[in-house]
Amino acid sequence: MPPVTEQAAGAVQTSLGHPTLPSIAFFLVIVAITLVITYWAAKRTKTTKEFYAAGRSVSAFQNGLALAGDYMSAASFLGIAGMVALKGYDGMIYAVGWLVGWPALMFLVAEPLRNLGKFTFADVVAFRLKQTPVRIAAAIGGILTVLFYTIAQMVGSGSLIKLMFGLPYEVAEVLVGVIMLAYVLFGGMLATTWVQIIKAVLLLCGVSVMMIIVLAKFNFSPGELYSAVVTQYGQGALEPGGLITSPIDAISLGLALMFGLLGLPHILQRFFTVPDAKAARTSVLYATGFIGYFYIIIPIVGFGAAALVGRQVITSIDKGGNMAAPLLAEFLGGTPFLGFIAAVAFATILAVVAGLTLAAASSFSHDIYVHVIKNGNCTEQEEVRASKIATLLFGIVAVCLGILFKGQNVAFMVGLAFAIACSANFPALILSIFWKRFTTAGAVCSILTGAFLAVGLIIISPTVWVDVFKNPKGSELFALKNPAIVSMTASFIVGWIVSLVTKDEVAQQKFEDEKIRTYLGVGAE
Amino acid sequence: MQKNVRDLLESTEFKGLVTKRATVSIVLLVFLFVSYYGFILLIGFDKSFLAQKLSETGVTTLGIPLAVAVILMAWLLTVIYVVWANMVYDPEVRRLRALLLGK
Repeated sequence: MPPVTEQAAGAVQTSLGHPTLPSIAFFLVIVAITLVITYWAAKRTKTTKEFYAAGRSVSAFQNGLALAGDYMSAASFLGIAGMVALKGYDGMIYAVGWLVGWPALMFLVAEPLRNLGKFTFADVVAFRLKQTPVRIAAAIGGILTVLFYTIAQMVGSGSLIKLMFGLPYEVAEVLVGVIMLAYVLFGGMLATTWVQIIKAVLLLCGVSVMMIIVLAKFNFSPGELYSAVVTQYGQGALEPGGLITSPIDAISLGLALMFGLLGLPHILQRFFTVPDAKAARTSVLYATGFIGYFYIIIPIVGFGAAALVGRQVITSIDKGGNMAAPLLAEFLGGTPFLGFIAAVAFATILAVVAGLTLAAASSFSHDIYVHVIKNGNCTEQEEVRASKIATLLFGIVAVCLGILFKGQNVAFMVGLAFAIACSANFPALILSIFWKRFTTAGAVCSILTGAFLAVGLIIISPTVWVDVFKNPKGSELFALKNPAIVSMTASFIVGWIVSLVTKDEVAQQKFEDEKIRTYLGVGAE
Repeated sequence: MQKNVRDLLESTEFKGLVTKRATVSIVLLVFLFVSYYGFILLIGFDKSFLAQKLSETGVTTLGIPLAVAVILMAWLLTVIYVVWANMVYDPEVRRLRALLLGK
């Protein structure tokens, strides 16, 4: 994100970029409420089941909101509103892609995941395979996914907080790290869940209010809003533009977005917080409803910003357009509404980073420490302590990486996280649940193939080779911007071939018993 | 108990349940694929189709309601799955569980 020049900011009348009384007040109220909840949750978080999975006490409706809160990041709120404001219809196409993974998640993995797993998705992959190798491989895929996702979130949050509150980047990073660690460290999954629920409600309400006021300005007729946009920017604003130039590129990105969701550890972990498979399934229904509603109304906010605030003003504050929604809030409701939206965006960042940190910590402590280092022999207290140490370490690493990558182009890292999720985590998960012949060697090879291909191919793709490394256009060695279509397919094929040439009789025998648990929930945690 | 599990796994009812779930999942997944990738391919191959206006006087393009429709369709598919699971799948699971656990 380019720095805001004094001159540009001065030319526009806005309190954006300065801490105002309403923004600080809203921010403090949100932090105070969430910390009270954390205190309450801390008293109920003693065992591993409580720390990782909120004691499986979260209702389907609550989990639906928390899933939405875990998934709707500041990047998608501010970024898509900005993209619609600046590029028009292309922003809408992009928004659709972020929703379509949710039905697939429901049809394929939500219920089996809940029935088979305990705390992490690696529990499910390793259910009938050899624990040590599969857990190590699954942890590599899981942690890589979470790591890249976290870097993108941390770098984005530093710049966004700087733009909204005027806080120095490093201070913003540390602030996010400290508050988020307070939630996760003391309140575990229960506090994280409630932070995500509160954030989802605030975000949905905030965006809804913006949409209603925007539409009110146009006599509640979207047609009039679009007319205003077209008058200023031409008919092109409502037509598909340059986002999709090559269909295969678009399909590859679409695959990453759709099946990447089925391999995001922090999303999958949420399914262990509900009492049973039925609640897991129902929570996806709620989540899809909330997220779908969000992506339907966000374009109205974006078009509203283009029509009422103007593209020029938006780009004068931030070239990427990220400040379209906050500027629109200020236009519609003055400094108080801007303060509210800025505080909500901050809460959004906290909730997502908290979920990511908990997922990474669970992978370290539950998969690596307990099952690999301790061979499964570990007391409850030892595991809780390990998970808290892992949380603290990951939180510190997240802040350090956030500062290290300051000013770097990290936009590709979200795409990379989704590419690894759909290439390394998703194939092994689905094959382990549904394919009897799947073997330990097959799982390990499939995960590693997916992870390394996703990382390797994205480095030599235009996304990194040209945009980040600044090599000349056309010099990239791999043509697709997102490697999912190649890396995911390769991961499936490798998993399949290696499984066919290796034998894992224990795994095959266990598959029959596993079915009772997968389909009927008999023996589920 | 062990024999019971074997019997249950071999029973046509359990196998039918597994097949039914797979069929419903795959059919709904196909609908999801057709609507989303159809939308993407439509943009990729024929931008002018989505750029056409809905009415002579207005400016709204066909692409706008279509994008909203893809999202609504995705949500509707989850509704269909949940309704099916609640009405068909769950009662059968309860019945088979009762057979197995003797309750």
